[in-house]
Amino acid sequence: MEQVIDIVLLAFMVVVALAMIHLRNLFAVVMLSGIFSLLSAALFVVMDAVDVAFTEAAVGAGISTVLMLGTLALTAREESPRPRRHALLPLAVVTVTGAALIYGTLDMPHFGDPDAPIHQHVAPRYIVDSPREVGPPNMVTSVLASYRGYDTLGETTVIFTAGMGVMVLLGGLRSRRRKRRDPASPGSDTGETRP
Amino acid sequence: MEATASVFVLVTMALALARAVRGPTVYDRIAAVNAFGTMTVLVLVLVGFLTDRPEFEDIALLYGLINFAGTIAVLKFVKYSSLAGPQEPRPAAPRAEGRR
Repeated sequence: MEQVIDIVLLAFMVVVALAMIHLRNLFAVVMLSGIFSLLSAALFVVMDAVDVAFTEAAVGAGISTVLMLGTLALTAREESPRPRRHALLPLAVVTVTGAALIYGTLDMPHFGDPDAPIHQHVAPRYIVDSPREVGPPNMVTSVLASYRGYDTLGETTVIFTAGMGVMVLLGGLRSRRRKRRDPASPGSDTGETRP
Repeated sequence: MEATASVFVLVTMALALARAVRGPTVYDRIAAVNAFGTMTVLVLVLVGFLTDRPEFEDIALLYGLINFAGTIAVLKFVKYSSLAGPQEPRPAAPRAEGRR
C-alpha cells in the first residue's frame, strides 16, 4: 500500500509539472509550484529524510511561493505567448543528459542498502555512540548540532549576515525614496539618508 | 482501514489538483492548494500508521501549521500586493485586485 501511495504521489508530481508547462496564467503556475513542493516534501518524509522535507515544505511551499507572488505583483500575471520554434536540439540535449544520469546510477547501491559504502564508514560510530555522547534520539540532530557544531555555527552566521545585509539595503532604499517623494517636509534637506 | 482511507484521500488530492489546474479564479486555486496541503498532512499520518511509525504525526502537525501560514501569506498578497497589510493609498490608481 505504501508503494501505491508513493506511485500516486509521483504521478501527481508529473501531472503538476506538465500543467505548469502548459498554463499561461502565472498565478496558477505559482500555486502549482507550491503543490509540487508539498508533494516532494511528502515523498521526502516517506523516504525518512525528515529534515530535508521540512526545508522543502518551509522554503519550497512557503517562502518561495511568497517570493514568486511578490515578483508577480511587480510584473505581469500572464505569460506572453512564445514564437513557435522547433525544439529538437534542446530535446536531444535533455535526452542525452538524462540518459547519462540514469547510466550513472546503474552501479550505485540500492536505496536503503545497509551494505552501501556510505553506511560502512563513520555512520556505525554515530549510531552506536551518539545516544550516549550527545543524547537526542534523532542522530541527524546530534551530528548537526554537536559533532559538526562549528560548521553549523558558521552556516548560521553566514545566513544571518546575508539577511542583515539585505535588510540594511532595502530599508535604506525605502527611507530615501520617501524623503524624495515629499521634499517640502521639514528635516528633508539635512542630507541624511537614514532617519 | 488505513488503506481504504488512503485511497479516499488520494482521490480527494486528485480532485483538488484538478481544481488547482482548471481554476478559473484566484480563490479557486488558493482553496485547492490549501485543501491539497491538508490532504498531504493526512497522507503523512496514514503512511505513518501503515508503516508503524506513528511519530509521523508530529511532522504532519507541523506541516499543517506551515500550510496555514502559507495560505494567509498568499491571501494577503492577493489582497494588498504586500505582506505588510493595507498601506497608505498610492498616488497611482489602485490595481483591480483578485481579478485573476
